[in-house]
Amino acid sequence: MIANPTDAKSESLTLDGKEVSFTPGETIYEVATRHRKRIPTLCYDERLEPFGGCRLCAVEVEGSRLPVASCTTKATPGMQIRTSTASVEKHRRTLLEMVASENREIDVDPLRGYASQELSTLLDRYDARTGRFAGAQSGSSRPDDDNPFILRDYDLCISCYRCVRVCAEQEGDHAISVMSRGFHTQITTEFEGLLKHSACTFCGQCVQTCPTGALADRKAMRFAHLSGETKQTRTICPYCGVGCSVDILTKDSTMVGVLPAMDGPANLGALCVKGQFAWDFVQHPDRLATPLVRGADGELQPTDWDTALDRAAEGFRKVVDEHGRHSVYAVASGRAPNEAGYLMQKFVRAGLGTNNVDNCSRA
Amino acid sequence: MSNPLADMEKPDVIFCIGTNMTECHPVAATRLKRAIARGAKMIVADPRHIGLADLADLYLPIRVGSDAALLLAMAHVIDREGLVNEQFIGDRTVEGEKFLEHVKQFPPEWAAEITGVPAEDIERAALWYGKADRGAIYYTLGITEHICGVDNVQSLCNLALMTGNIGREGTGINPMRGQNNIQGAGDTGAIPNNYPGFQPVTDPKNQEKFRRAYGRTVDLEKGITKVTALEMAGDQIRAMLIDGENTVVSDPDRHHCEHALKSLDHLVVIDIFLTETAELADVVLPAAAWGETDGSQTNTERRVQRLRAAVPPPGDAKPDWWIISQLARRLGFQGFEFTDAKGVFNELCSLSVTYAGLDWDRIEHGEYQWPVPEPGHPGTPILHQGTFVNGRGIFHLISYRDPAETIDDEYPVWLTTGRRLQSYHTRTQTGRSAGIDYFLSEESLEIHPDDVAAWGLRDGGWARMHSRRGCVLIKVKETRRSPRGTVFASFSFNDVPVNILTGGGYDPVTQTAELKVCPVRVEPAEAPSARQGVA
Repeated sequence: MIANPTDAKSESLTLDGKEVSFTPGETIYEVATRHRKRIPTLCYDERLEPFGGCRLCAVEVEGSRLPVASCTTKATPGMQIRTSTASVEKHRRTLLEMVASENREIDVDPLRGYASQELSTLLDRYDARTGRFAGAQSGSSRPDDDNPFILRDYDLCISCYRCVRVCAEQEGDHAISVMSRGFHTQITTEFEGLLKHSACTFCGQCVQTCPTGALADRKAMRFAHLSGETKQTRTICPYCGVGCSVDILTKDSTMVGVLPAMDGPANLGALCVKGQFAWDFVQHPDRLATPLVRGADGELQPTDWDTALDRAAEGFRKVVDEHGRHSVYAVASGRAPNEAGYLMQKFVRAGLGTNNVDNCSRA
Repeated sequence: MSNPLADMEKPDVIFCIGTNMTECHPVAATRLKRAIARGAKMIVADPRHIGLADLADLYLPIRVGSDAALLLAMAHVIDREGLVNEQFIGDRTVEGEKFLEHVKQFPPEWAAEITGVPAEDIERAALWYGKADRGAIYYTLGITEHICGVDNVQSLCNLALMTGNIGREGTGINPMRGQNNIQGAGDTGAIPNNYPGFQPVTDPKNQEKFRRAYGRTVDLEKGITKVTALEMAGDQIRAMLIDGENTVVSDPDRHHCEHALKSLDHLVVIDIFLTETAELADVVLPAAAWGETDGSQTNTERRVQRLRAAVPPPGDAKPDWWIISQLARRLGFQGFEFTDAKGVFNELCSLSVTYAGLDWDRIEHGEYQWPVPEPGHPGTPILHQGTFVNGRGIFHLISYRDPAETIDDEYPVWLTTGRRLQSYHTRTQTGRSAGIDYFLSEESLEIHPDDVAAWGLRDGGWARMHSRRGCVLIKVKETRRSPRGTVFASFSFNDVPVNILTGGGYDPVTQTAELKVCPVRVEPAEAPSARQGVA
């Protein structure tokens, strides 16, 4: 049984000299974040179990000889915590310099993924682009993986294991694993194969949690060359009935990608292959862009709205005149918005006075 | 769903039946995976060894169409073992005594004969569910697309009622709705028996309410279903308006369906592509797609959420609400002077009992699950808490019935149909999204390796599959996901129109087609020179 946080008694500790309350079970990082402390992290994703891998979130705790990882250390009553001392900040900056030294590039296009700017943002915040440690690198890209959705650019990998963990913990797929350690660390799949030969379902969660863009959304990146600001529009996925929240990415009037909405009530940041990658049907050249009416030659011909609507109305009027109002039937869509369904039934009920309306739920 | 999606992480026993959730509702399935990681036990009943079966603690490989027998026997065991929640039955239900008497005649040994599942496994499933503190049932079209779909659903309700697994966190009866807004289509009244908000059209109170709202009298009797309308096409039904449905490919018995639409005097189709159905229309009206229009949609947990336009529609394409309003106005219909989706939604809320407490502004963040009976109401994540809408839960005395068509010498194999992870319905959308073909470029018939050998087929070769209604050519795929004697294909690919074969029967109450069961004969075939699905 999951404990209800409100069941637990609140306790207190000292955070940067100020007494604050916390709920037993909370980590130092959670307490500090709640009190608006900006503790840097790279391996942290709030949806996943704390990992303590990047050590950036280290804080000083009174009585502890060494700084502790705030993401994995539980808050205890009376704890005295300092989140931003000169020594801790120096430690963070050095760590960031070392992390950055391993990567081919730092500034990647935001279209690579939701979290892709985390490393570059922290390097700027800590003024850590010094190049002091340039030298050895870990992780090798997999240009041989020709799947159309996920770029595996491990030259940019910092071994935070977020992809491994999101695949295991959030998706339950366990498609991604880690081989070797230290400078030889390589994120991989079973038998070092292609993603399509692994348990991967191409949900894209690894892409969206990657803090450096090492895993990247190949479909969105096709639009990286378009200039202009990328805008986000919150909406709901057009596929199954789960109703996952997504943010559509646009540049001007072009759809360039989809991000999962981390605060989406139905999905909490999760998506599947369709919601994440099957959005560009919207821009397919097959889209109907003009009304069509069947001409005298029996073929459908493009026309304007007035002509098409008149023709559509005339056909219904004629059928009603000849065969009565019950001879017209309407089928609403399970894909269209509520407003379409409502008006389809209103068309039939308020217009024709019948109940001859249905939707696709029977087949 | 009686319970919210978030509750999927909370049961201690999960019972999935007729739902291929890891492929059809993958994000919901991740919640079940987390429940399992936390220690929940999962029972999966399905004719095919689907992805969920790999995750199950107990897998029940039932024969297609035998669900009711399994559920009756589970009820029998729960009663026999004294696991019935007497207090719940006494306080909240009717017909409980009759039901418990009724199930005494259905022991697991009886169901084992019908379902093909060993009696001891049926027994074990019943004991797990019966003893659960929080037992939750999840199902999809594997339960409903049968001639006994209503019986199947009521059998699941019986199990929940007899154990009190309803109206509490982490329990419930949870249908996973297949399309993004199929819930909304019903909610908004686009059904022949109900006004918006599931207000029956046969109730004089509702008739009066809508007579006032719409300024005219509406028929006092229910309308006909789409299935009946297609049967009457060319006769009593002469014209149709179809919005966003590729009826020809998605519906059973394709020849019949195509013939029906062609025999209409007038067909108007609103869609985003020139689908196989739109190609038959007299007038095709281009709609704005997802991402191009504002609106709302309602998910499987009854959550009403906002859709927002991010890009303009192509060319002259327009939102559905605009198209239908314009058409209505040209026919002289009153009350279609809408200027935006907001106005339409607010009118819907004003007339619906389930959306009565909502309006356009209130659904901004999607936090409401209906019913929301009045403004200020927090919504209803869990249905049936404390009381049922209609007073008491009613036990239904169900018996097992065979499918409409059963296998025989001429059609000795069960075909069952469904969807796949990377394709959606008739592929009007996924088929036009770059990259999807990398994973799934063509349809294939999933057959057990022993059957492939026994029937003289070859993995990757071709087969001709006949039913009483038609025949398709399809590629053979060897897989142990299919049990011996049962084959599977999706209905997604127009060049392998599997729904030519289906449509042997319909549920007498809902007229839902028995798409999950179709006896067929499978024979080796030559590779087609040019891809032509219809033999």
